[in-house]
Amino acid sequence: MLIILDKVNYVYSEGSGFEMKALNDISLTINKGEFIGLIGHTGSGKSTLTQHLNGLLRATSGKIYYDGQDIYDKDFNMKSLRSKVGLVFQYPEHQLFETDVFTDVCFGPKNLGLDKKETELRAFEALEMVGFPKELFYNSPFELSGGQKRRAAIAGVLAMKPEVLILDEPTAGLDPKGRDEILDRIKKLHDDTGMTVILVSHSMEDVAKYVGRLIVLNHGSIMYDDEPRKVFAHYKELEKIGLAAPQLTYILNDLNKAGFDVDTGAITMDEAAQAVLKSLGR
Amino acid sequence: MGIVKSEDLTFEYIIRDDDDNVENVKTAVDHVSLDIEAGQFIAILGHNGSGKSTFAKHINALLTPTEGTIWVDGIDTKDGDRLWDIRQTAGMVFQNPDNQIIGTIVEEDVGFGPENLGVPTPEIWERVDASLEAVGMTEYRHHSPNKLSGGQKQRVAIAGILAMKPKCIVLDEPTAMLDPNGRKEVIATITKLNKEENVTVILITHYMDEVIGADKVFVMDEGKVVLEGMPKEVFSKVELLNTLRLDVPQTTELAYRLEKAGVPIRRGILTIDELTTELKKLRAGL
Amino acid sequence: MLRDITIGQYYPSDSVIHRLDPRVKLFWTLIYIISLFLGQNIFIYGIAGVFLLMCIRISKVPVKFILRGLKAVIMLLMFSVIFNIFLTDGEVIFRIWKIKVTREGVVIAVAMAVRLIFLIMGSSLMTLTTTPNDLTDGLEKSLGFLKIIHVPVHEIAMMMSIALRFIPILIEETDKIMKAQQARGADFETGGIIKKAKAMVPLLVPLFISAIRRAYDLATAMEAKCYKGGAGRTKMKPLKYKRRDALAYLVIFAYLFIMIMVKVYVVA
Repeated sequence: MLIILDKVNYVYSEGSGFEMKALNDISLTINKGEFIGLIGHTGSGKSTLTQHLNGLLRATSGKIYYDGQDIYDKDFNMKSLRSKVGLVFQYPEHQLFETDVFTDVCFGPKNLGLDKKETELRAFEALEMVGFPKELFYNSPFELSGGQKRRAAIAGVLAMKPEVLILDEPTAGLDPKGRDEILDRIKKLHDDTGMTVILVSHSMEDVAKYVGRLIVLNHGSIMYDDEPRKVFAHYKELEKIGLAAPQLTYILNDLNKAGFDVDTGAITMDEAAQAVLKSLGR
Repeated sequence: MGIVKSEDLTFEYIIRDDDDNVENVKTAVDHVSLDIEAGQFIAILGHNGSGKSTFAKHINALLTPTEGTIWVDGIDTKDGDRLWDIRQTAGMVFQNPDNQIIGTIVEEDVGFGPENLGVPTPEIWERVDASLEAVGMTEYRHHSPNKLSGGQKQRVAIAGILAMKPKCIVLDEPTAMLDPNGRKEVIATITKLNKEENVTVILITHYMDEVIGADKVFVMDEGKVVLEGMPKEVFSKVELLNTLRLDVPQTTELAYRLEKAGVPIRRGILTIDELTTELKKLRAGL
Repeated sequence: MLRDITIGQYYPSDSVIHRLDPRVKLFWTLIYIISLFLGQNIFIYGIAGVFLLMCIRISKVPVKFILRGLKAVIMLLMFSVIFNIFLTDGEVIFRIWKIKVTREGVVIAVAMAVRLIFLIMGSSLMTLTTTPNDLTDGLEKSLGFLKIIHVPVHEIAMMMSIALRFIPILIEETDKIMKAQQARGADFETGGIIKKAKAMVPLLVPLFISAIRRAYDLATAMEAKCYKGGAGRTKMKPLKYKRRDALAYLVIFAYLFIMIMVKVYVVA
């Protein structure tokens, strides 16, 4: 078990009269090599939770263990946690600042105190990993397309060689192809390196396609934590909290009601097509 | 002539190097000719960088064509004297909800447009009341925009345009920065305006599920219109859309997969109901 | 620190002062500040203090809230008091080593402090009882005469109100950028002043770029909504004087008259 959260609570602006409970008794274990999806409507506590995992926010109460160590322990090296749990925020515009992409990606490893050679090596590797085109390495990060900016931002975190990569809506605002390209890259990264990945997303279709475990947050509490197909079986409950299942779940349930004998638990396009074909006797 | 008509509209960006020499000329919109009928719900689809936003800015005369002409309600946008008529006729909603709200209170923001037009005070109030009602934001009228959700902010922005009494609203990726609920709110709002207030809607987007209800869809790529027609016509071309960096709604995709596997299903299925009905028919026929 | 600044903050309440025309309140603030400089005299300050307290009472704004505004200027206050006490020549009260305290110094220091405190409290009261929008409208209208000498009064007022709208957005954004950079190992807390200044670059660059982007977007959106400057614009909420405003002006003039009388007959 890589990360353990034990009854974590977080209250915003405690004692100011505007208190807001953002996390409510969250207990959770995350294992090495998992690909986890984290969903919930805006304000459900997703971002707050992810910021606890790398120590940017400190729990009001409860404990968090990383690799068996209490991260709130006095001797715990919080700075090293930030490099081990890499967090990529939603808007790449919030982190890109250097005059060229390569230097920008060097920022992370440089902060770790690595020497120039190692820093540049890591930056190079990270940019390769996200499939950033070589001819744009020395371009200004501000002149890139949306998809390339995303890549540069992810590389900026990957260059710190994190053990866990958390991505907060890495595809917001990208066109369908751009979205698939980024997510395919992340999937490949996960499969090749065995890195633990946590994908925060609003798109049910995306999490259905990529993740192995799905955590649903509602009002700061964990509502479901299971395989995606099992979570989506609760599509009526998900609707009540302002979420939905992927369109496929609705199609298959509709067909089921119309008397087709289909597996309503199919969540990817391939599975669904198979299920329908089978019910048609093909 | 429709409410918006363009003929060979071309727009070129000139990219200059550090010494101000012309380095490159990029054609963002390339000989686009289209004619949009008043009262319709039009969608313009295209991947990032396909030229759809550049085209949209021409409808509001924020840009004027390098070549060709665009008429808004019969007015040539190159006619500088009619600039404000054009902008009043075709209102524009932008992508980032924060960066288009000027007022510090919802109702004052909605009143901003009419104030600029020199509408008398009592009429501004009438317009603001009616616009907030039309987008369902009346109860938030005294709120600060900073406290609203993304979807609510966009509805305020739409109300701000409505208060200028436009014939046509152009929405440039209004949902790109919103969560799924915010997207639904915005699409429901503009659909209602189109049906009930008979406002022409031109929706620029790359979310395919938002255009299912459109009367007509234009697909742009590299500055050109490469595909146009009713949603079911456009969505029947799954492979072409994929090469244009777009996709189709999951329902359409599933039907397409079935067809490829040999099921004799009709093309361009858009909704779950259509798919179920179609499959039922097939089963009865088997 | 940022939340200690009450100047520019609004305290919602339903009092006569809240409902006054912003122009009246601006005028009140101006007259009040002038009155504070009429002279260093216990009567002058006494009347000014009583008048201020009365206004605060009527406004229903808690005194605590107004006093909080002083926190932001406490350093300035200390400085001016200390400098005046120690650096004014005159009749020495006592001396420690080379530092001497003079009667004149104490008098000036106290007068300065009282004046500054009243000044801050008075202007805080104005901003606490006036919404930012009313304030900019009031300024635009009151300073309208400056248009004759080509001061872009409308534009300045518009800029002020846009700034007020974007300050909270930019503060939130600063926080997000800080976190994004901290996630990449940036350190904003430790190190000397030079290291700290250098650490600001990864924060300031994205913040400026974002602010410029927002400005550009906003300008486009305003143009799209037919904004073309102040000419030909109408107002959704035009400022109109009511009876209570006339009364308020009377009170202000009465106050000024009394103060001048005191100055002429009592002080002199």
